[in-house]
Amino acid sequence: MTQVLSALLIWAAGFALNVKLANGPAHDTAATRTAIPVIFGITILLMWELLVRGLGVPTVILPPPSLIAETFAANLGTLWQDFTQTILKGALSGYLIGILAAFGTALLVDRYDFLKRGLLPIGNFMAALPIVGTAPILVMWFGFGWQSKAAVVVLMVYFPMLVNTVAGLQDTTAMQRDLMHTYAATWWQSMVKLRLPAALPFIFNGLKISTTLALIGAIVAEFFGSPTQGLGFRISTSIGALDLGMVWAAILVSALAGTAFYGLMTALERRMTFWHASHRK
Amino acid sequence: MKKVLPVLTLVLGLIALWYVAAIPMNIKEVLTQAERDGATITPASAQERRDLSNLSLVLQNPGQIGQSWSTKRPILPAPHRVVAELYDSTIHEELTGRRGIVRSGTLSNRSLIYHGLVTLSATALGFAIGATLGIALAIGIVHSRVMDMSVMPWAIISQTIPIVALAPMIIVVLYSIGVQGLLPKAIISAYLSFFPVVVGMVKGLRSPDHMQMDLMRTYNAGQTTVLSKLRLPSSVPYLFASLKIAIAASLVGAIVGELPVQKGGLGARMLAGSYYGQMEQIWAALFMAAALAATLVWAISAAERATLKKMGMAQ
Amino acid sequence: MTPQTTTDAPVIQAKHLDLTFQTNDGPVHALKDVSLDIPKGSFVSFIGPSGCGKTTFLRCIAGLETPTGGTLTVNGMTPDEARRARAYGYVFQAAGLYPWRTIGRNVALPLEIMGYSKTEQAERVAKVLDLVELSGFDKKFPWQLSGGMQQRASIARALAFDADILLMDEPFGALDEIVRDRLNEEVLRLWARTEKTIGFVTHSIPEAVYLSTHIVVMSPRPGRITDVIHSPLPKERPLDIRDTPEFIEIAHRVREGLRAGYLE
Repeated sequence: MTQVLSALLIWAAGFALNVKLANGPAHDTAATRTAIPVIFGITILLMWELLVRGLGVPTVILPPPSLIAETFAANLGTLWQDFTQTILKGALSGYLIGILAAFGTALLVDRYDFLKRGLLPIGNFMAALPIVGTAPILVMWFGFGWQSKAAVVVLMVYFPMLVNTVAGLQDTTAMQRDLMHTYAATWWQSMVKLRLPAALPFIFNGLKISTTLALIGAIVAEFFGSPTQGLGFRISTSIGALDLGMVWAAILVSALAGTAFYGLMTALERRMTFWHASHRK
Repeated sequence: MKKVLPVLTLVLGLIALWYVAAIPMNIKEVLTQAERDGATITPASAQERRDLSNLSLVLQNPGQIGQSWSTKRPILPAPHRVVAELYDSTIHEELTGRRGIVRSGTLSNRSLIYHGLVTLSATALGFAIGATLGIALAIGIVHSRVMDMSVMPWAIISQTIPIVALAPMIIVVLYSIGVQGLLPKAIISAYLSFFPVVVGMVKGLRSPDHMQMDLMRTYNAGQTTVLSKLRLPSSVPYLFASLKIAIAASLVGAIVGELPVQKGGLGARMLAGSYYGQMEQIWAALFMAAALAATLVWAISAAERATLKKMGMAQ
Repeated sequence: MTPQTTTDAPVIQAKHLDLTFQTNDGPVHALKDVSLDIPKGSFVSFIGPSGCGKTTFLRCIAGLETPTGGTLTVNGMTPDEARRARAYGYVFQAAGLYPWRTIGRNVALPLEIMGYSKTEQAERVAKVLDLVELSGFDKKFPWQLSGGMQQRASIARALAFDADILLMDEPFGALDEIVRDRLNEEVLRLWARTEKTIGFVTHSIPEAVYLSTHIVVMSPRPGRITDVIHSPLPKERPLDIRDTPEFIEIAHRVREGLRAGYLE
C-alpha cells in the first residue's frame, strides 16, 4: 500500500516539477527542453516499478523495470549475439541493398519519362501495402538465416525510398533548371550539381522512414523462422517460456537500436542539409 | 490517361517476369514429380540434379517448362495459380463448400473472406481507438506546455522504434489473463496507429500562422473558439495524411498480432501456410491483405477528397 | 523600327519572329512579327505591361523558348548553338543561388560545368566578386545575405565565364527602390567597364530610361514591338540625371508609347 501511495506521490511531484519548469522563466532553454521529458520518463519508470510491486502484479504479466534491467545486464552476451544477427546482419545489409536499389531505380525513373509515369503510381501503391506479409514467402526461399531477413528488409525499404527520391529529384524550380540549360549543362552535370543536392532533404526523409521499417522487417521475419538467435527469435521463444524479463530486454535492445539508427541518420542529415530552411540557425 | 499505358505496360512486364522466374524456381520440384511419373529426364538421379543450378536443369529439360506453371507444390506459384487459389478460397468456398455461407449460413472458416473480415475488424477497431486517442492527445499537447514538453519528445522517439515487436507479447500476456479474440489485436493496431496521428495532428493544429492567430486574438476569442474555428479546420489535411499512414500501420499490427495465437485472420493463414509449405495459400493471403490495404487507404483518400471539397480546400 | 545601327553587324538579329503557345483556351500569340537588331555594346531595355512578350523574347534569345516562325540569330548562330557555345550570361528574376553552396562556389558553378581549371576558377571568382563589390563574402552562404547582395552574386555568376552578352530578366523587380537605385548604378558601371551587350527586361520606366541606349516598347495581345527609342543621354550617368529635362522627355515618350499600345 505504501508503494502505491508513494507511486502517486512521485507522480504528483514529477508533474508539479514539470509544470514549474515548463511555465518558469527558463522554459525555452535547451536544458529545460531536455530535463522535462527526462523527468517525465523517470516518473513513469518509478511509478511502473512501485505499482507493479505494490499491487503485486505477476511478472508474467508485467515485470518491473528493475527486473528488466537485471535481465538485460545478466544476458549482455546473448543480447549482443541477437543484435548482431538481427540488426547488423539482417536489417543493415537489407537496408543498404534496398536503399541503393531504390536510388538506382529513381535515377532511371528520372531519366525516362515513360518509367516515371508507369513506375511511380505502382511505387506509391506498393508503399501503402503490408509488405511485411512477404516474410513467410521469403523465409521459405532464402532459408532461416539472415539472408531471408535482409530480403524482407530490401522489399520494405525499397518503395518508400523510391517514392521519396523521385519526389526529391523533381523538387527543383523551373528557374533553377533554366539556369542549367543556359549553361548547356549535360543531364549528368545538372544531376550532380543541382538535382541531387536539392533532393537531399527528401532522400533523408526516405532514409529515416526506412530505418524503422528495416527493423520491423528483420524482427517480424524472424517470427516465421530463424536460427536460434536474433531479437525476433528471442522475443517469441521467451514468450513461450513466459520469461517476460527477457522479452522486455530484447524489446529494449530493438528500441535502443531503432533510436540509435534513426539518430545517426538525423545527425547525417543535419551535416548534409544544414542549408535547408528547416535547419538554418 | 497519360499514366494508364505506362502503368499497364509495367504491370504486364512484371507478370511476364513472374512467369519467367517461376520456371527455374520450380524446376527441381517439377523434375522430381516427372521422374515419379516415369518421364525421362536428364540427369536421371535426384542426387545429380541437386548439384546442378536451376538454370542448367531448365536448359537440359526444356520439355518440362510448362509443368512449372502448374506443379502442385511450387516454390513460386504462377500468377494464374494464385488467382485460382484466391477464387477457390473465396467465392468457390463460400458458394459450394460444405462450410460455406450458402450451405451452412455462416462464412466458412476456410475462406479468405472470413479471415479477411477477422483481420479487418481488428484493424478497424484498433484504428478507431488509436486515431481518437491520438487526436485527443494532440489537442492536449497543443494546449498545455507541460504535456507538449514531456510527452512530445517521447511520441517522436516512439516513431523510431519497431513497436510491432511488442505485438506477440501483448497477445500472449492478454491471453494469459483471459482477454482474447478481437481486443488484443485491436490494442496493437491502436498502438501502431496512435503515434502517427499524434505527430501529424500536432503539426496540423499548429499550422495556422501568426496572422491567423492574431486575428482570433483581436476578436478576443477563447481557446475553444480558436480550436473549433481555426485550429481544427486547418488541421484537416494533416489529419488525413496521418490517417493514411495510421490505417496501413494498423493493418500490419493486426496481421502480426495474429501470428502468436492461431485463431483466424490473414496473419494466421500466412503462418499456417508457411508451416505446411503451402505457397499458394500464403500468396493468396498476401493478395487479400494487399487488397484490404488498398481498399482502406482508398477509402480514406475518398473521405479526404470529399471533406476537402466540402470545406472548399480541394485544389 | 530598327535602332540606329552602328557600323558593326548586329550581335542579335530578329526578323519577323513569331511565337504562338497552344493552350486549352486556344492559341496565344506571345510574339508576333517581332523584328529587331541589337548592335554590339548596346544596352537594350524591353519594357511593357505583363503579357507583352518581353520576357518571352529574352528567353527566345537565350534558347529557352523556341520561336514558331521567323529567324533569330545570336552572334550569327541560332540561339541554341549560341547557348551551347555559352555566348551569354543570364540573370533571372530571383537570384536562385543554391543554398548548399557558398557565394564563391555559386559563382564558380558555371565554371565547373564548363570545365575551367581550379586555379582559373579561383581567379575568375575573385575578379567578378570584386566587380559586384562582394569581395570578402565568398565564404558566406546565400541565405546569410540580403536580397540585394544575393542578386549581385547572381550577376557575378552570369559574368564569371565572360560571355559578351548579358541577358537580364527583371533582375531587380523584387527589390526595394533604394537598393534598386544602387544596383542600377552598379550595372551601368559594370557595362562601362566590360563593354558587354546587355538585354534588360523591366517594367519600370525610370529604370529603363536610366540604363539604356535603346528602349524597346512592347505591347500585348499579340506581343509586339510598338516603338524603339534611341536614348540621347551620355554614357556617364549619375543618379541625378533623372531630374534633367532630357531624361523626363524620354520617359514621357516611353509612357506615351505604352499608352498607345494599350489604346490600339
